Amino acid sequence: MAQNQPFVDIRHAQKSFGKVEVLKDISLTVERGQIVGIIGSSGSGKSTLLRAINDLDPLSGGEIWLDGVQVNKKLPHRQYEAHINALRQQVGMVFQHFNLFPHLSVRDNVTMAPMLLKNLSRAEANRLAEEQLDHVGMLERIEYYPSQLSGGQKQRVAIARALAMKPKLMLFDEATSALDPELVEEVNLVMKKLAEQHMTMIIVTHEMDFAASVCDRVLFMDKGVVVEEGPPQVIFKNPTQPRTREFLRKHIEGAS
Amino acid sequence: MGLDFSIVPKYLDILLLGVAWTVGITLAAALLSFVGGILFALVALYGPWLLRQPFRLVSWVFMGTPLLLQLFLIYFGLVQIGIDLPAFVAGSIGLGLHFAVYNSELIQAAILAVDRGQMEAARTLGLSRGQALRKVVVPQAVRAVIPPIGNNMIALLKDSALVSVIGVSELTLSAQRVIGKTYRPFEFYLAAAAFYYVINLCMEWVQRKIERRISVSR
Ligand SMILES: Nc1ncnc2c1ncn2[C@@H]1O[C@H](COP(=O)(O)OP(=O)(O)O)[C@@H](O)[C@H]1O
Ligand SMILES: [Mg+2]
Repeated sequence: MAQNQPFVDIRHAQKSFGKVEVLKDISLTVERGQIVGIIGSSGSGKSTLLRAINDLDPLSGGEIWLDGVQVNKKLPHRQYEAHINALRQQVGMVFQHFNLFPHLSVRDNVTMAPMLLKNLSRAEANRLAEEQLDHVGMLERIEYYPSQLSGGQKQRVAIARALAMKPKLMLFDEATSALDPELVEEVNLVMKKLAEQHMTMIIVTHEMDFAASVCDRVLFMDKGVVVEEGPPQVIFKNPTQPRTREFLRKHIEGAS
Repeated sequence: MGLDFSIVPKYLDILLLGVAWTVGITLAAALLSFVGGILFALVALYGPWLLRQPFRLVSWVFMGTPLLLQLFLIYFGLVQIGIDLPAFVAGSIGLGLHFAVYNSELIQAAILAVDRGQMEAARTLGLSRGQALRKVVVPQAVRAVIPPIGNNMIALLKDSALVSVIGVSELTLSAQRVIGKTYRPFEFYLAAAAFYYVINLCMEWVQRKIERRISVSR
């Protein structure tokens, strides 16, 4: 079954917060190595969809499959927790506000999870951290604390922290939205590098140029539905849906 | 009869023994109040209902009744049900639990004040809720409450004088005993006060050390 099933397979995802339906019957597939961008105005459900994939916001209805395993399968509570914890180790997530652990050095931010969950020794974890931090250009700051870093540096450490778990899928929720404009590029470069290494990624972003340059496919979401999806050339240059055009027009006006 | 402080050095050994007991009981109770405070806070916030209820009762008893009564209860009361604790142990437990309840209130508030994104980031990496609390949330909460807990510990030092009523020869009781022999209350109560002041200074120094060590990581 896993052979012909998509790597990420979201089937009829539905989510309500109380009476408010935030995701309305969303289906979406991502193949291994693909990079999918999600755009849409604030409140359209982008974060909720992303957070459903690693069960931070569990769905109210529908199924999510990752690499042949159902994420939100019915299990008794304890088994479900174990299942989700194991699954989350395979899915890296990067947040808008970095969420680095402020009481830990950059090194310990990266080594904590591998040591705790994969039983790496101090030495092995250190080597791993150095490798990952080097990858995002933060090796020189390994002994710093988060409070001593710029936003762009924090986000690069957050990416290294996620990568240290060797995830097979990376989720980015507006990774550059909280950054000063001059710090956006350094984070984008890291993400581009990941793209070149064929990491499977789902990227929620407000940066249309960036989405156009790295994504294989772009989804436009509005009010809990996927209005339109396609290759970036089509979505950004020739969208078929009036709502997509409207959004892009407003976005360009807002940006300039 | 005028004041004559030259008599104090003669009884210094008794006073210093009192200082030792005071420091000992303060340290033991402080440790218990710190560890207990964290445990109480975790139970209050995340414990199952069945565990939370007895803890609420314990909290109420320790916050709502005089410490003196609590010490009597632990030292004299428990004997009746076959638990005969040495005075020092009973005193440490009474003081420690009393302040654990106050520390727990502080720690609970601090845990709730830790940004939600911290728990989320930890869970996203695959940590269980318990691991995330232990490694990420509680350490940050504890850092945030070091200053107010420090104040509680100064209060604990002062209240440690109360354990004299169950016969621990701590500083205040030692001073009293010397006064019983010398009839010089003013000199020896002042001497005891000076010792309390010095212990206080030491505690503040330790607190500043700890605060400085954690200041980068805030
Ligand atoms: N935990 C929550 N409780 C209640 N409503 C929520 C919660 N999280 C998100 N929402 C609501 O769901 C909608 C979609 O939110 P979100 O997925 O964050 O949108 P986006 O990321 O596209 O800006 C919004 O209306 C938001 O207010
Ligand atoms: Mg969002």
